[in-house]
Amino acid sequence: MSLLSLFTRKRSAPVARERLQLLLAHERALEGHTDLAAILQEEILAVIAKHIPIDRDKVNVKLDRGSQVSTLEIDIQMPPAAKA
Amino acid sequence: MSKVMVVTSGKGGVGKTPSSAALGAALAQTGQNVVIVDFDVGLRNLDLVMGAERRVVYDLVNVVQGDAKLAQALIRDKRVDTLSLLPASQTRDKDALTEEGVKKVIDELREKFDWVICDSPAGIEKGAMLAMRYADLAVVVTNPEVSSVRDSDRIIGMLDSKTVRAENGEKFEKHLLLTRYSPARAARGEMLKVEDVLEILAIPLLGIVPESEEVLNASNVGCPVTLHNPVSAPARAYMEAARRLLGEKLDIATPTAERQGFIGRLFGRKAIA
Repeated sequence: MSLLSLFTRKRSAPVARERLQLLLAHERALEGHTDLAAILQEEILAVIAKHIPIDRDKVNVKLDRGSQVSTLEIDIQMPPAAKA
Repeated sequence: MSKVMVVTSGKGGVGKTPSSAALGAALAQTGQNVVIVDFDVGLRNLDLVMGAERRVVYDLVNVVQGDAKLAQALIRDKRVDTLSLLPASQTRDKDALTEEGVKKVIDELREKFDWVICDSPAGIEKGAMLAMRYADLAVVVTNPEVSSVRDSDRIIGMLDSKTVRAENGEKFEKHLLLTRYSPARAARGEMLKVEDVLEILAIPLLGIVPESEEVLNASNVGCPVTLHNPVSAPARAYMEAARRLLGEKLDIATPTAERQGFIGRLFGRKAIA
């Protein structure tokens, strides 16, 4: 610890405040929607499975909420044999 | 019209039980009929904080399960005769409580008391859910510290979605009680300020309880701080908070740090607001 740091002690409260504001903005956006991706995954899977035999593990649904744009990403790997 | 008020926080150790005891006693001291219900089944402590640990015969679980009548389980406070306590069970677990059972007990308590204060367990599990389920309003106890503020935010979200009132689309009143606030540390920029916490959580402020040795002194001897040392800073903060709950409009003064001289700072004397 340098001698200077004794006199310029960093204030920690503003850091706490900023970290909380960022974190809570993110957590609030997810509030109540945490299960949405799982629900979508199940329903999408059910629809596709009606027509194509697919592997449950090869379906991936990802929900990203940004401040400007939110994206819903659905990634389904088709089995090589299935040609619809 | 009786009111059911949950004292909750999400995080443990922020002062829910001492705050339930102090607010309950303060309300009872104004002549209101008050019961404080301990919902922390398996880890009861309200009895100890209230100094009634040797008077527990029946508890909330006994009443919910029909093994005892409500009147048998209620413990009347020896200092304030309008104050009662309904202890939690120490030997059972949270699954011993059911939603219907709790509703029945709360409805019965509503008929007997002006205030039913539900002292919630920490966490967001069944016990905490049942404590808030039938409430009309909530006191969210928060420390000016990151994990406490985050958990309070989570609990506020639940109060707005998981309570019967919220489900019926009714207004659910929430109040922030900031505890263990150290004005000296906030002034030095080492602790979140009152305004910071209010801005982040965005619910109205009920009171600011300064960090004080009197809170521990009171729980050591099993007495709500408002009765143990009524002139102390935390007792005054709780009494004013109780008056606000009764509808009085009182300004909330932010505790300020006692100015310390050089010698005081050198020896690290605690500033008492």
